[in-house]
Amino acid sequence: MGRYWRTLRRFWGTALATQLEYQLNVVVELLAVVLSLGGSLLLLSLFFGPGRELGGWNWNQALIVQGFYTVFDGMTTAWLRPNLGAIVTYVREGTLDFVLLKPIDSQFWVSLRTFAPAGLSEVVLGLGLAGWGAHQSGVVLTPPLLVAVLLMLMVAAVILYSLWFLIAATSIWFVKTWNATEVLRAVLASGRYPLEAYPASLRLLFTLVVPVAFLTTVPAEVLLGRASLPLLALGFVLAGGFFAAARGFWLFALRHYTSASS
Amino acid sequence: MITVERLSKTYRVADKQPGLAGTLRHFLRRRQRDVFAVRDVSFEIAPGEMVGFLGANGAGKTTTLKMLCGLIYPSSGQVLVAGHQPQRRHPDFLRRITLVMGQKQQLIWDLPPMDSLRVNAAVYGIPDRVASRRIAELSDLLELGEELTRPVRKLSLGQRMKAELLAALLHEPEVLFLDEPTLGLDVNAQMRVRQFLADYNRRTGATVLLTSHYMADITALCPRVLLIHQGQLFHDGALDRLASRLAPERHVRLELKEPAPAEAFTGLGRLDSLENCEVNLRVEPSSLTRVLAEVLERFEVRDLEVNDPPIDQLIGELFRQGSL
Repeated sequence: MGRYWRTLRRFWGTALATQLEYQLNVVVELLAVVLSLGGSLLLLSLFFGPGRELGGWNWNQALIVQGFYTVFDGMTTAWLRPNLGAIVTYVREGTLDFVLLKPIDSQFWVSLRTFAPAGLSEVVLGLGLAGWGAHQSGVVLTPPLLVAVLLMLMVAAVILYSLWFLIAATSIWFVKTWNATEVLRAVLASGRYPLEAYPASLRLLFTLVVPVAFLTTVPAEVLLGRASLPLLALGFVLAGGFFAAARGFWLFALRHYTSASS
Repeated sequence: MITVERLSKTYRVADKQPGLAGTLRHFLRRRQRDVFAVRDVSFEIAPGEMVGFLGANGAGKTTTLKMLCGLIYPSSGQVLVAGHQPQRRHPDFLRRITLVMGQKQQLIWDLPPMDSLRVNAAVYGIPDRVASRRIAELSDLLELGEELTRPVRKLSLGQRMKAELLAALLHEPEVLFLDEPTLGLDVNAQMRVRQFLADYNRRTGATVLLTSHYMADITALCPRVLLIHQGQLFHDGALDRLASRLAPERHVRLELKEPAPAEAFTGLGRLDSLENCEVNLRVEPSSLTRVLAEVLERFEVRDLEVNDPPIDQLIGELFRQGSL
């Protein structure tokens, strides 16, 4: 385990060093994050005037959902997109060979090789927004509540990672998966509004098929102290199932890896 | 160290005719056929041996190399490298081998090689103290100095290749698979890499399997060569024996005192060229003494030379023709 920790520290150390090679990029990305969040809030404010509600959620509560959405969008930018998006490049250029010949788990390598610090600012902004929304809604943040929320956010992170990874792993066969991850991103964007804002059929889709609900709405409900236990249990089951599927699929995909020719 | 028994690899490839009609037909009814990339190849390599692996493009060299590393699964046959079945990619196996590919790089492009080396040290679980010592030793052998702290993108191809070698050898592997390690390097850089590989082999006793398009690499480093042709092993043994197999005839060059007509050389082997007084003949080794005696009897000879055709020329021809 110590070896994996040390490797991860080196991975992210080099990632940071690579980013800092291009100073201007960091500034531009930070600016883009702030502008994008501003735009999202403006859009959200169009639905929720003062005193208006949407599917039983008021403006402050919806801010929590938007906050969590921003957190996961940041996670995607910081972690999923730079790593899982690079699998295609590994396959096309044949450098996956080097990864497979290292005495370290290849899924660990391709999932955590790098990170983009710009996404972290989005995570912080999102947490701030969710905290603000919770405060305005009169939530008292007790330690047990905090643990429960963090646990749900982890479940959400595992689900999001597994979904991305399942799609990214198909690049072993189809070298172009960019479009598929864009579709996923578009579907995930529906998570910026509370689940109840959607019709019943879509709600079912977002709970069971592409569990967007567990990314934002469910953690928000936990924070508001109104989540039902069976729903939380379902979250854990889905996270475990999706992760196992991602792992199994990766091992299966590697058996079919033929390596780019010389 | 390496045992390969009746190793085969087949690929299923789609057969598609060109043009729109071909595309439509291909879309509706996919015709596939099996292509043998490697067929029934067997050989053994002893610890510490340096073996050259030759073959034209598409002969099956890289496929074989990748099966030996465990990157692709064999269709049939047995491979044992350092006591392991490579395709299982057991961590102990991976710690004992390395692969260097002249056309691909593992170094991080935007950072100095030192950063990649530190990543590799962590991945292989090499303590920092040990890693620093090995880096110092290897960079000494490779004549690498401040290049290790300059971004990879600013290094020359030769410097980059040497840094790649360092990164690939940091964990002191026992088996080295080198796929075109000198590709694209200038003659000096090629020579330095070659010298380094010879030194490394002598110092560590590592087993080396090397493919290269530069015959000079092979002649300088490998007493034994494997020649693979159309997926099958064509030759396994010393390089000069390969030469006599590829071109059993000897080259005889004559310089006559006076020009002679072509008919004058009947019965004296095959006439390659005839230009004024200069004559080139190809002669079977068994009849060489008889032919030479007759030549000296029939003509007045000013100069005479008997040669083996140069091996790189033979193999170059083989690669160009793609057939034996």
